[in-house]
Amino acid sequence: MTQSSLRAWFWVHKWTSLISTAFLLLLCLTGLPLIFSAEIDQALDADVLPAAGAAATADIDGMVARALAAQPGQLPISLAFLADQPAVVVQTGETLQTPFPAQRRQVFDARTGQPVALTPPKSSGFVYWTLELHKGLLIDLPGTLFLGVIGLLFLVAIVSGVVLYAPFMRKFAFGMVRKERRARTLWLDLHNLLGIATLLWLLVVGGTGVINTLHDPIAAQVRDGIVRMVASYRDAPAPKRLASLDAVLAAAREAAPGMTVASLFFPGVPFSTPHHFGVYLRGDTPVTSRMLTAVLVDAETGQVTDRPEMPWYAKALFVSQPLHFGDYGGMVLKIVWAVFDLVAIVVLGSGLYLWWSRRKAPLAAQLAEIESGGVVDPGMPS
Amino acid sequence: MSARQAWRIFRVPLMLAVVTLFGLLSALLGDGLWDVLSWIALGLPLAVIAWKLLAAR
Repeated sequence: MTQSSLRAWFWVHKWTSLISTAFLLLLCLTGLPLIFSAEIDQALDADVLPAAGAAATADIDGMVARALAAQPGQLPISLAFLADQPAVVVQTGETLQTPFPAQRRQVFDARTGQPVALTPPKSSGFVYWTLELHKGLLIDLPGTLFLGVIGLLFLVAIVSGVVLYAPFMRKFAFGMVRKERRARTLWLDLHNLLGIATLLWLLVVGGTGVINTLHDPIAAQVRDGIVRMVASYRDAPAPKRLASLDAVLAAAREAAPGMTVASLFFPGVPFSTPHHFGVYLRGDTPVTSRMLTAVLVDAETGQVTDRPEMPWYAKALFVSQPLHFGDYGGMVLKIVWAVFDLVAIVVLGSGLYLWWSRRKAPLAAQLAEIESGGVVDPGMPS
Repeated sequence: MSARQAWRIFRVPLMLAVVTLFGLLSALLGDGLWDVLSWIALGLPLAVIAWKLLAAR
């Protein structure tokens, strides 16, 4: 490597790291409990239905009838089928356009069809605020997009770090950890070993984190797409009578084999058309379970009319979510994720220390330290 | 730097990266045995770190 390219890469590594390190440390520290957010939520406050052997076979028409009987004069808006519990959430409102916060929420046991008390998830203050901090520094979308830029800097810092790894290791074997020399040599070795060994995890979690920062714009795009699709049915006549919900759900399941229903929207609400039910299904693998498929079902005949394809960027987001959260391979994977996270904290902290302790050393001496594999100390010019 | 030298320096990191990638994807695309393979694959870079730290002189 020529002196000028070494200087350039060193400059890139130093500045991308310096700008992003404080935020990355925050992300690592808040990310650590978030790996176990489901467990924390459950332990702190979430209600769980008692597990029973019976299958979720109660009829949906009956459930909705009971929900409407309990809220006279209201209209049904949507159904949500919980992924982790045999429960169906029925949302009703004064009108079909009643916004979500003003809607009535009733939960039914999918096995008995009877109402149950189940508080909404994510009500745990600790997990909620940690997630808000992790996602957007408590200032929502601007903070989220800012963290996306920080994530891009992180990726550049990783790549430049790999480039600098080569001259540093020129005369050494993989995995050297020199304990007997100065403390600085040990920290240099740790920074290099931990960084290069966890390289791919850092790249994937950093890169998928960047993609996740685009969640809100992507969701808005998908909503627009549905609205446009719905617009082509705008003049469709309102249904005279509604088909049986159980028949509608069966038709949607048949149109999307191997998938389970996540939600159903009644005709005339934002995620359906005036003449169709909007049914949204999820798959059963870690990836497809996050990938929602939309099926439009004719409200009168109960026949499937349309099954639009999700745009590629929505699919990219769906795949990015598990790869960032580490929640797709059981508790062992979560623990592995936590250990990687701790290693990343050491890489960040050691990098900060290595810079701070020799920040006043001449540039030539700092470059010489890298080229000598840490033998030359920039604090003591030789 | 010669290609030979680059290969010497990056051989082990590249192998760890490939194993990590396999581990990240196997639990994503399968369940059961694929989860177990994922844990083993992702455990390897961590085990290498632990081994090198313990072997440090």
